[in-house]
Amino acid sequence: MTALLQVSELDVRHGLLQAVRQVSFELAEGETLALVGANGAGKSTLLRAIAGAHRPAAGRLVFEGRDITAMPAHRRVKAGIALVPEGRRLFPNLSVEENLRVASASGRGGRWSVDEVFEAFPLIAPLRRKRAASLSGGEQQATAIGRALMTNPRLLLLDEVSLGLAPVVVEAVYDSISHLIEAGTTIVLVEQDLTRAMRVADRVACMLEGRIVLEGARGELTREQVTEAYFGLRRQAAPA
Amino acid sequence: MTWIADIVHGILLGGFYALLASGLALMFGVMRIINLAHGSLALLGAYMAFLLTEHLHISTYLALAPVLPGALVAGYVLQRTMLERSLRAGELVPLLTTFGLLIVIANLLQQFFSPDVHSLDAGRIGPASWHISSDLSIPWFDVLTLAVAFTVLGGLQLVLRFTQLGRELRATAEDAETAELVGVNARAVYARATAIAVAIAALAGVFYGMRSGFDPNAGANELLYAFEAVVIGGIGSLWGTLAGGIVLGVSQEVGAQINQEYFALGGHIVFLAVLVARSASSAPRIRYAFRRFA
Repeated sequence: MTALLQVSELDVRHGLLQAVRQVSFELAEGETLALVGANGAGKSTLLRAIAGAHRPAAGRLVFEGRDITAMPAHRRVKAGIALVPEGRRLFPNLSVEENLRVASASGRGGRWSVDEVFEAFPLIAPLRRKRAASLSGGEQQATAIGRALMTNPRLLLLDEVSLGLAPVVVEAVYDSISHLIEAGTTIVLVEQDLTRAMRVADRVACMLEGRIVLEGARGELTREQVTEAYFGLRRQAAPA
Repeated sequence: MTWIADIVHGILLGGFYALLASGLALMFGVMRIINLAHGSLALLGAYMAFLLTEHLHISTYLALAPVLPGALVAGYVLQRTMLERSLRAGELVPLLTTFGLLIVIANLLQQFFSPDVHSLDAGRIGPASWHISSDLSIPWFDVLTLAVAFTVLGGLQLVLRFTQLGRELRATAEDAETAELVGVNARAVYARATAIAVAIAALAGVFYGMRSGFDPNAGANELLYAFEAVVIGGIGSLWGTLAGGIVLGVSQEVGAQINQEYFALGGHIVFLAVLVARSASSAPRIRYAFRRFA
């Protein structure tokens, strides 16, 4: 079986800072990969590079067998990649419904429509005419995920969807993500909460200083192994 | 009675300012691009219509048929070749680029058409008017201008509110990167919006040419009034631009009633008053300063 997404030897820079170094991995259709790691490890940058918001300095991205390394972001959306960005990034002066409708620009057909999104996220259904800026954090997050779904993605990239949300709301957001996973959506998610990441994902990859330092299926990795990789303990312990 | 006549004429003049300002309101208010060449692009439209009426002997209104599509194309090309690059260099760079464009257009027009004053024929409705009383007569052409301004601004408002292009445009203006991430081709959306803005500028220019004579340097003056209309009406609000144009027109007519020389001054004073009032109500710190001096 060919992979849905192949990332090979990807380098991404922010000016002089190299945020992602020589990252390679493959993702099969229907798989859920959790990216974990400390702040500044390069997780968000990696997601943004896959979505097309950030051009890689070197390396290759192949999606559905097609090289998308030089493809602009809006065409990647058309190809089936959607990112839920860190911090939601809704259009503040557009209504909830308008935020969703903007995302139909890609013209990808599929099961998701405005009504479908409101059905899946009943939380925001009564708010459809409200300005996005007036929503609470959880409502904004639901809208942001709904907006990404409106493009009917084959690959959904979720960047820190639980950041800044109340625990009850995080629970609700992850509930809806579980539904997406069950429906067979391929997902890469960045998550600070290790326990949660290891619960929903099939595979966990841990990043440290721009590299993937540990990767494995959920069953193969212990929490201790991931924690060690997370803080880079093993490497620091090596010279001793 | 003369006061009523002034106000009526001011409203009608305001319709012209609103028409002139509507393309600017779209670019400045919605897309956040300050287009200093707006008046010059309007003038370019007037000169193109002049060429067509001179050589093909068609009416000015018929000349709009080729001028408007031409302006659409010119706007699209302008965005893709110049404004897009300038925007990438920062928000203020388009200010320089369009200032340069203003000078280039004025000089090219001078080269090709001489510095003489030209004018466009407004047809049969040009000199016609309703005589309400001895003081008050309403020119048909001014009513037509107001109606066109109303239609253009209303149409723009509807496009922004209810069409996919409008939603994509507003989304791109708020956050271009995120718009791209949800599938919007931000560059194409901006190019289409600039095309519309330049076409509206050309339309306003042709109306300008029919109401008064124009020379190659008229663009900058008209630009000033258009800017005042946008600012008085509130940036980002298209209906506000119509109101702003009317407020400006009435202020000028009332100023002229007090003293013939106060025509432009009346508008400038109201413009400044609106600016001061707005900054005082929006910025608490300034309001605090005001209170301390009061």
